[in-house]
Parts: sequence; structure tokens; C-alpha cells
Amino acid sequence: MNYLADIGLEVHAELATRSKMFCACPVVDPALAQPNQAVCPVCLGLPGTLPVVNQQAVEFGLRVALALDCTIAPVSIFARKNYFYPDLPKGYQISQYEEPLAEHGILPIRTPQGVRNIRIRRVHLEEDTGKLTHVLADGEAYSLVDLNRAGVPLLEIVSEPDLHTVEEVRVYAESLRSLLCTLGVNSGDMEKGAIRFEANVSIRPAGSSDLGTRVEIKNLNSFKAMERAVAYQIGQQARLLDAGKAVEQETLGWDADREVTYSQRSKEEAHDYRYFPEPDLPPLGVEAAQVERIRQNLPELPFALQERLIQQYGISAEEAHLLSVDGNLANYFESCVRLAEDMPARIVLNWITGEVFAWMNQTGESIQQIKVPPEALIGLLNEVQQKIVNLNTAKSIMSEMLQSGQTAQVIIQQKGLQQVTDSNLIAAMVKEVLAAHPDEVKAYLDGKETLANWLFGQVMRRAGGKADPHMIRTELESQLKNMTKNTLRREGEK
Amino acid sequence: MGNVCTLSAVELCQALRKGEVSSRALTRAYLERIDALEPKLQAFLTLTPDLALQQADLADQVLFEWRKDTARLLPPLTGLPIVIKDLLCQRGVRTTCGSRILENFIPPYSATAVQRLLDAGVVTLGKTNTDEFAMGSSTENSAYQITRNPWNLTRVPGGSSGGSAAAVASAMAPLALGTDTGGSVRQPAAFCGVTGLKPTYGRVPRYGLIAYGSSLDSVGVLARSAADAAMLFQHMAGYDPLDASAMDVPVPRYSLQDKRDMRGLRIGVPEQYFITGIQHEVEQAVRNAITAMQGLGAEVVEISLPHTKYALPVYYLIAPAEASANLARYDGVRFGLRVDDPNMTALTRKSRGAGFGPEVKRRIMLGTYALSAGYYDAYYGQAQKVRTLIKQDFEKAFEQVDVIAAPVTPSTAFKIGEHNEDPLAMYLEDVFTLPANLAGVPGLAFPVGFDGEGLPIGMQLMGRHFDEQTLLQAAHTYQLFTDWHTRRPEF
Ligand SMILES: [Zn+2]
Repeated sequence: MNYLADIGLEVHAELATRSKMFCACPVVDPALAQPNQAVCPVCLGLPGTLPVVNQQAVEFGLRVALALDCTIAPVSIFARKNYFYPDLPKGYQISQYEEPLAEHGILPIRTPQGVRNIRIRRVHLEEDTGKLTHVLADGEAYSLVDLNRAGVPLLEIVSEPDLHTVEEVRVYAESLRSLLCTLGVNSGDMEKGAIRFEANVSIRPAGSSDLGTRVEIKNLNSFKAMERAVAYQIGQQARLLDAGKAVEQETLGWDADREVTYSQRSKEEAHDYRYFPEPDLPPLGVEAAQVERIRQNLPELPFALQERLIQQYGISAEEAHLLSVDGNLANYFESCVRLAEDMPARIVLNWITGEVFAWMNQTGESIQQIKVPPEALIGLLNEVQQKIVNLNTAKSIMSEMLQSGQTAQVIIQQKGLQQVTDSNLIAAMVKEVLAAHPDEVKAYLDGKETLANWLFGQVMRRAGGKADPHMIRTELESQLKNMTKNTLRREGEK
Repeated sequence: MGNVCTLSAVELCQALRKGEVSSRALTRAYLERIDALEPKLQAFLTLTPDLALQQADLADQVLFEWRKDTARLLPPLTGLPIVIKDLLCQRGVRTTCGSRILENFIPPYSATAVQRLLDAGVVTLGKTNTDEFAMGSSTENSAYQITRNPWNLTRVPGGSSGGSAAAVASAMAPLALGTDTGGSVRQPAAFCGVTGLKPTYGRVPRYGLIAYGSSLDSVGVLARSAADAAMLFQHMAGYDPLDASAMDVPVPRYSLQDKRDMRGLRIGVPEQYFITGIQHEVEQAVRNAITAMQGLGAEVVEISLPHTKYALPVYYLIAPAEASANLARYDGVRFGLRVDDPNMTALTRKSRGAGFGPEVKRRIMLGTYALSAGYYDAYYGQAQKVRTLIKQDFEKAFEQVDVIAAPVTPSTAFKIGEHNEDPLAMYLEDVFTLPANLAGVPGLAFPVGFDGEGLPIGMQLMGRHFDEQTLLQAAHTYQLFTDWHTRRPEF
């Protein structure tokens, strides 16, 4: 049977504020900080301490909510979500429940099938938990608690189950990530857990309008894990329904090693979190003027940027997507195009998606970190256009620029990489090569035309790779043609 | 000077300034009195004599310097001893909340109210007994000891600030800090014959007050008179960036005038507070006090607070619900009692099982139930709606009157053990004090007589939000004409 999947995502994004959600502790890099370095009586949950709302987190939350075109609640309510776990110091998490910061938004995404508007159910503020490490050493099992992360502001963004394919899920997640990065509210660093996903998945027979029973998959910490887990569940549910069985409502985990989901809790075991309004915090009021100010100052958002790049530069949706994932990338591209004047945008784009992306992938540098600013890249491309260097030389120059930060001009000067464009010199080199390889020339003249490329390579090698390839080709063709004529003439004389 | 322990706090501050007594001598006098009386009264959970004498010596130095140049700023309470209910954190001093679960908890910070008083120059003698996590009306729910009523050692001092009330009543301290969630300052004040102020919710910061019912908790004062209470309260009140519920309302100077009349004051007398079952002598003493105030020129108005009868059930849903979450942090992981177990869940279960007493467990269960899926709307949700009606009762009443006068408790101090088998009877002790907490309005209890057994009787005045001044002034004027507040138990 054919099924349609309905998938909703819950995204937890750490907000890149200076301090935690409810205390003055700094938000620290988990890779660099000592355990329990950034803690205080408030985020340790010591008795008598009280939370105070971080206004920067509210501002960041509003930025995201407005970028998602949500309706902002003039007053929202913090609530306590009660459960025991050693990584939760107070025994409750301060979150928002019945009256969240914002509701009813839209995130447009573009897939190969076209543009779709994914509905956002709600956006709310909460605090992160600490981290447990389970240790088994010398036959003894114990757990270590690190509360550096406890109290870090989180924004939870919940979509409606509007996604139908694994591809849409991926594009939605990537789009949301690039939105958060563009807004400057999240590091986008998935490996450090700056963005975490939970997916709810159900399937229904194609044509049916009733949603199926859904499962929730928790703790998906990478795009890959999310795609695999969702795909796995869709398959699993289809097999169940095909076999005439029912899908059980439950909460699942994802085993990344075995690539299977496993049951964490059945419906009966579901937690009762006993949410109630947080009495330590007054309702969170948001002034219309503040909302307006934030709205006015929103940057160009990734989706709008992507659509504009397609329109303005005639590039493909896929390429535009690649550039708009990070606003800085698109910025780099556009700066280059602006500097390049009459050079086609396509040439610039190929260099960015080629050499630059390869370098960034290899080194992990961001577009802001690379040592080749737009001016330098265009400087190199100008050398190519003016035939000072050929394309291959340019690529090796670029790789050196990325490493050393030198300009193309300097590298060309220092290494004497100027292209040979002296037509006499090139003619002489062609002549030498033809004279040195009479057998190959003869074979060519006998019709083995592919040898033209081989001969071209020989000339280029003789020129140390620095000759203008176009000129070599022209000269080679003309000298070979002459030889053909001469041969024909000689044959006629016989 | 005669026995310094009999002087009022206002007089002591003057004597310290004039150099008639040193802070060290005063502190020693109180420590000696505590040594003598504590075995009978059991009011303290922790005594800090070394710290107190250190603070006193520092105060004497500050006073000495100041006397050489009185133009310099002198912290207003320099050298004055106080005691602190063991529900308020004091940095470096064991803070137990009367619970085994915090037996060894030494907070690395002081409550804002405590810190403000330390900054004002007070000397801290020790931490007073309380019902465990302030859950009780007799201080019998302390995990450590039973505090006795100084007027009659077979009686309870009230609670939960029973240790503080007993300490002030027996002159083991001139002033004490208490906390009031449902009457925990006013009721023990009434039982012990002292003056007790529960300020407006949000007037004194809650930071460092170990939470019981967060939307009801307030830090209050127990004193020998309204004037003494005003002096301490002055230095505790005001906005705090560490407490989002502490409101940014200007704090007036609580300078009480020796006004000898009450003209212009409208006193509301709510019919719902004079119910059958109330001890006759209590009703009589309160009515006499109201009549006396009328005699001083106050206008007395019969009023109605129609939702008063719901205060008890509303309180016993909201406070335990909040407590069930507030007490979740005692999990044996980071501080407090830990009963070890290799299994994390078992560790938490065992630690809580061993650390909490029966009343705390009862209220955690009540609160957990009231918040549970399927019951929330019927219990917690409904209680919040009725709480709004109770608030509105007060708002309407204060359109007509300036203060509301009522008994503090239905009876005078009951016998130790009297309510052991019946928690509900104990809950009924708070029936007149709960509404002020639910409405967030200030309340002031002060002595207005004694019953046939020589036990003190208290009356309370409740006021508008942030209008503690009117309550304190009214009680002060009353105390200019009466001597109930100056009477002391004999030992
Ligand atoms: Zn902190």
C-alpha cells in the first residue's frame, strides 16, 4: 500500500546569549570549560535562590518568532515542568506551556518539488538541563553531573506535522538552522549540541485525510541521525500497517550505531509533568514598540535571500540554497560579483562552490575565517581574465592564497607564474614538440585525432604549465594543418 | 544601666549610639539570657555566639569612630542583636529549615533581607526553630525540637516562626526575623504576646528565603512593639534585582508619630472573622481593642469579605502545589541529606524518604495530586480562580476602609500535642491569617489582652498593598495607650 507520512519537528536551539536564562552565569563552550565551572547558587538550584529572566534571551526569542512570522503574545507565562533527574537541579524545568512567547508562524522551504510553507505551531523560551556522564571504571558504575549547561537559554520551535518526506524534513531543519544563524541567535554548531531535534512521525494510507498514530523520536542531534531515524520509522510503520498491525503511540530513542529506533516509554508510562505557572516569575510582558523595533531590524532572511539570488543572478535553486544557508556566504558571493564588474556571476560562483567550499570543508574554517577576502578572489580572477595566468595555475595560486593569505599578484610575482603569451615563443615551443615526436605527429596526420590533446599537453609541459592554453591550441592547430598541407603536396609531387 | 534585655530595640539603638552600652556588653547579656532560658524554651536550632561577638566588636569600633565624628555615616542598626528564623539563609551559618534533609546545609549566600540587616550593622545571635519548611502552626513539626511558649511551657508558641516569637517574648532577643506564608509570623506573635508584621507580598525580597509556597511567602518581623518592628522593617524593604516578584515600589520612611488619636482612620470589621467556635475571651479582647480605637477617634465600619470561608481550602491547594515543586530540589544529589544507592532513582527516593517529616510528605502528596493531569482544573485551577475572588473582596473592602481589624487566631495557644492526631484541626488554626497571604496584603498582629489562663491574645490589622505604614501607626498609637505589649512572662 502507498502511504503518506506526516512529520512534525520540535527543535531546541541554544540561544547565544552572554549569560544564562535565569542567572548571571556565563554561557560557556562545552568543549573548553571545566565541568561545573559556570555555575552559581541559582543554576545549582540551591534553596532560597530565585530566577530572573534574561532580557537578551527574550529579545533573541522574539527575533526568531518574528522571522517565522509568528503572532507574539503580549503576555506570556513561564511554567514549571516537574520531573526528577540528576541533571535537573531544581527538580523542575522552567519552560512555557499554556501561554508561549509566540504562536502560528510559517517557515517557507524550497525543495526540488517547489516551495512549501511549513506551519509553526509555537515558539517558547526555556532553560537547558545539565549533562550526565555515565562512567564504568574499575568495575564501579557511577554518574558525573556537569551543570555548566543547566540554565542555558533554549528556544523551542515546534512545527505542525506538515512535512511529508525525509527530504522535506532535512530542508526544513537546514532552513531553520540557517535562519537561526542569520539572526545571530545560535552558533549553528550541531556537534556541540547547539541545535537538537525531536521528530513526531505518523503515516496514513495515501488519500486518507485522518492522521495516523504518531510516535515521538527524542534526542536527534544531527541532520543525519534525524533523516535516518525518520526514514526508519516511516518504513517500520508501513511494514506494521501492511501486516495489518497497529502503530503504538510511544516515545522512542535513536540508536545511531545499530541505526534503529528503540522504545523509551509507552503511552501508559508517559510522564505527567504537572505543569503550573512559575510563581517566582511574573508574566512576561512584551511591548508593542519592542516588537516593532525588532521587526524593523530583521536582516534579509535565508528564504528571501535564496529567492532573490535565483532571480538576480540566474543561478539554480540548489546553488542559491548553498549560498543562503549562511548569510555571510551569500554576502561574500555578492561582494565578489559587485567587485567583478563585467565578469559573469557564474564564474565567481564556480570558484566559491569549488575551491572555497573545498577549503572550508577540509579545514572547518567559516567564510569569515578564510584568508581570501572577496577583493583577493576577484584579484585572482582578473589575472585569469587578463591571461596573466591560466586556469590551472590560478587554482594552485588560490590554494596558496587560502593557506598564506597572500594576494595573487604577490604569489605570481614571487614565483614567476606569469603566463607565457609571447606568440613567437609559443610557436617555437610547438615546433620543437612536433619535431621531437615525429611518430605521434604522423599518427595524428593519419587520422588519430585524439593525439592533438597529447601534443597540447607536451607543449604545456615544456612551457612549465604557464602558457596560455588557448594560444597553444591555436598555434598547434595551425602548425599541424600546415604539415597536413605539406604532406598532401609532397604526396601530389610523387 | 539595669537589665539591658528589657529595653526596646529603639531604646537600645539610642543607648548604643550614646555609648551607654557597648554592643559587646549587650550581645553578652543576650547570650547569657539565652544560656539561662534556652534549656526550657528550645527556641534555637543554631547559636552563633562567636560570630555575634565578632560582629559586636566590629560594631563597637564603628560606633567609637562615629562618636569622634558624628557627621560620618553610621549604619542605622549598628550593634543591635537580632535572631533569624532558620528558613532564611545566612552565609556560612547552618540553615536547616527545621528539616533533617538540610541538617548540614551551609548556604554560601545570605538572604537579601538578612544581608540588608547585616549591612545596617546588626549582630546575629542565631537561627530559630521552625516547623519543617514552615509547614505548621505550632513549631511541633520541627525535626529537631519542640519550642515552648514562654507564657506557659506546656503550650505551643505557634508557628511556624515559633522559635522567633518565643525568643522575642522571653527577651532572648530584642527583634527576630520570621516568615509568613499563611500566618507564620502573625499567629506565633499572637500566641506569644509580641508584635508581628507580615509585609505586603513583594515588599521584602524573597531571595534566600527557602521557598514553601512561592506566591505566598513573605519575610516578616517579630518585635516587642510596632515601633521596634517598623525600625527593622525599614531596612529590609525594597526592590531587589535578584527577586522578580519584589516590586519596585518606593519605600517610605516608617517614622511613627506619637499621635495620641486615630481620627480619620476607618477600621473595617468583617463579619466573617467573628464566627461561632471562636474562643469567647479572644473575641472580647479584640472587640475591646476596636472599641478603644473608636474611642481614640477611629471610625468603625461593618464590612463583608464574603469569600473568607474558601481561604482555607484554596490555601491548602495552592501552597502544597507550589511546595511539591519547591521541595523537588532536595534529591540527595548536590546538597543536604543523601542516602546512598547505586541506582539514581532509588538514591533520590531514599534520601527524601529519610529527610522529610510526615507533614512535609503529606503536603507534597497533596500538592502533587492537585497538579496532576485530570485534576489540575478541578483543584489547582479552581483554587486560583477563587483566590482572585478573595483578592477582590479585599480590594472592595479597601474602597470603604483603611484597615481591617480581626482576631489572629480562633483561640489562645493550645497545648503541646493537642493536634497531633488531627492535621485538619491544626490547619484550622490559620483560618484568619490565610486570606492576607492569598490577597498579598500586609498584616500586623499585636497583643490586645490575656485570657483566663494568662495566655496572650492577639489582634491583627490588615491593610492595602504596600501600606504597612498605616498598620504600624495605628498599632503604635494603640500601644501608647496600652501596656499589653510591655508585659513579660515570668520565669
Ligand atoms: Zn548560574
